[in-house]
Amino acid sequence: MANQSPDHDDFIHSEEFLHGLMRRQLRLSVACAAAFLVVLFGLPIMNYLAPEFMGQRVGGFTLTWLILGVLFFPFVWIIARIFITRSMQLEDAEVVNAATGNEQRKS
Amino acid sequence: MIDPWILAFSAITVIATIWMGFRSAKSSKSASDFFVAGRSVSVGWNASAISGEYLSAASFMGIAGMVMLSGYDALWYPVCYACGYLFLLLFIAGPLRRFGAYTIPDFAEGRYDSPIFRKIAVCFVLFIGFFYTMPQMKGAGTTLAYIFPGLPYWVGVAVVGAVITLNVALGGMKGITLVQAVQYWIKMFAISVPIFVLLAVYGGYGKNLSLNQAPGELAAPPALVETVGTVAAPATPPGGIARVALPENAPPDTNWISPFGPLTSKAATAAGLSPEESKPLSLLYTFSLIVALVCGTAGLPHILVRFYTNPDGVAAKRTTMWVMILIGVFYVFPPIFGVLGRNFLPELYTATGSKGPDKVVLELPVLIREKYGILGSVLSGITCAGAFAAFMSTFSGLLVSMTGALAHDVYGRMLRPQATAADRMRMFKWCAVLIGGISVFLGTLVEPLEINFMVGQAFAIAAASYFPLLFMSVWWRGMTMRGAAIGMLTGGLCALFSAALVNASTLALDKGPMGKLFTGFAGLNDFWKAHPLIRILAEQPAIWSVPLAIGLMIVISKMTKATVPSDIRMKMLVLHAPEKLGLKQEYIDEQHGAAH
Repeated sequence: MANQSPDHDDFIHSEEFLHGLMRRQLRLSVACAAAFLVVLFGLPIMNYLAPEFMGQRVGGFTLTWLILGVLFFPFVWIIARIFITRSMQLEDAEVVNAATGNEQRKS
Repeated sequence: MIDPWILAFSAITVIATIWMGFRSAKSSKSASDFFVAGRSVSVGWNASAISGEYLSAASFMGIAGMVMLSGYDALWYPVCYACGYLFLLLFIAGPLRRFGAYTIPDFAEGRYDSPIFRKIAVCFVLFIGFFYTMPQMKGAGTTLAYIFPGLPYWVGVAVVGAVITLNVALGGMKGITLVQAVQYWIKMFAISVPIFVLLAVYGGYGKNLSLNQAPGELAAPPALVETVGTVAAPATPPGGIARVALPENAPPDTNWISPFGPLTSKAATAAGLSPEESKPLSLLYTFSLIVALVCGTAGLPHILVRFYTNPDGVAAKRTTMWVMILIGVFYVFPPIFGVLGRNFLPELYTATGSKGPDKVVLELPVLIREKYGILGSVLSGITCAGAFAAFMSTFSGLLVSMTGALAHDVYGRMLRPQATAADRMRMFKWCAVLIGGISVFLGTLVEPLEINFMVGQAFAIAAASYFPLLFMSVWWRGMTMRGAAIGMLTGGLCALFSAALVNASTLALDKGPMGKLFTGFAGLNDFWKAHPLIRILAEQPAIWSVPLAIGLMIVISKMTKATVPSDIRMKMLVLHAPEKLGLKQEYIDEQHGAAH
């Protein structure tokens, strides 16, 4: 193969780092997605199983219309906000992790 | 009988758009400016631009029309359009940005070291793109037919198509970014201000909804009598709202305001099933629709490309957050138009095509002309301006991404890799004309179809092709080129074929010219009546085509395990490791090293 960069055996290029990195990222993404999907798919199910409850009037709206037409949007924003904050923290932590890992390998 | 205010506002929007496009054309001379806006756009501009491009004719006109026509079920569209962005953010935006390929076909080639795969990916940019341009063209035709009464639908389509194609051919994407950003704000203004005025005149959102009788509620008080079949002038109850009577073919209140209404139970009702029997089928339809819209957003090629205009991954994430806020706030408003339209402009139910509910956004403000004179025209002019902003910005975005795929990927990489930059720019312009022309042609065919519905189909195709590709490529290292290709092709083509089939059978029913063109497909409608389940699965293919695509990807990749790219670990690192670690540069260097 062409030129190997000198520290291809270091921690950053190791299987361990990649595996941990992807696992942590996926876990965060899946957790946020799950929170969102539960409500997203839950709503039709609620409409199906409990139509009178979902059809009750709230300030002129039916409950289900209020949820789907208005309240869903702030809900999505909140999840997005949480994800962005956590993923940026995760990223910073990974940089630190990579540096420590490299140190450990050298010593 | 052209209304001068409406014409004036629309003309100003169009002229401003073109002017901005030409102005930016002067400063976009290099090929890279043409393709990804010089990669130097700030979060605020980019978020406005993405939102502007995202809010197409479907968002602006189509949702209101669909809510008016079908009620509650239509609300899934705006919600899922917004939610799809969340999916994008959670799973795809970060890694894709880190990988840094110029276009999605570039990503496909880079991830799998496969020029063949690039060709396949480019095809899908075009397929999905055309399904998405058709509803924009309908929006254009409808709006122009509204402003110039008596103007044939196809003329509107042709004129708008020509103007935008010219804009794109001369300005590329850099011009578009500025235009898109401004047009978001035009649209936001155009959808909200008229609503505030109309709500002030006609009563609040909730109050208007309360006029629609839900199942289990007592009939409306005598003062709000609805007369089915004949138009009655209702007496205005003290402190109440006078609602206009519904025509015969309008969906009744109880269906309209409830879940599992006309939209999702169409097939079942046509097959003669009882409400109880059709509910499970409607639930299935709802789920499939949700999957299509949520996964489809993450797979739309013209949206994904925008991520490459951010300077770094953190900016990309912030941009996405802002996009979600900007579009979420927008999406609260179109359904209100639908609700008000049902109460106060129900004659739209009796018309179809470009004269039907799809134009409620344009026409509703005119109602207050009686009491408030010019204000009605001004507001209608504003919504028309918004409509122009909507389909112009989306169409130009699509045109750029489709032209980019054809010019950059097909011509620049596959046919003539040694082409000069000047050659490429020329090719870009010719490709823009070609694709613009095809879009206009297809646009003239779709007048009888609902704007929002067609967009949903584009999403379904993207959901079954690009979404599985991106999602699996980013998160599973075991993917091989063959697995990805076969999965994407099968899922995408199945979804496309189903959607086209359903459209053809719907067009066959049209009483106008399209009905004659598509008579061959009329027999299909009897088949649908006999098999409502199959109709639902064909109309909303996501629930089976997305798993099909993903399943095939997994199975075939496992079977072709040996062809996993040899530097897969490096590729995955580039996708996932923080940009600060500099692995991307290393990757590029290695690629260049290996090439010599």
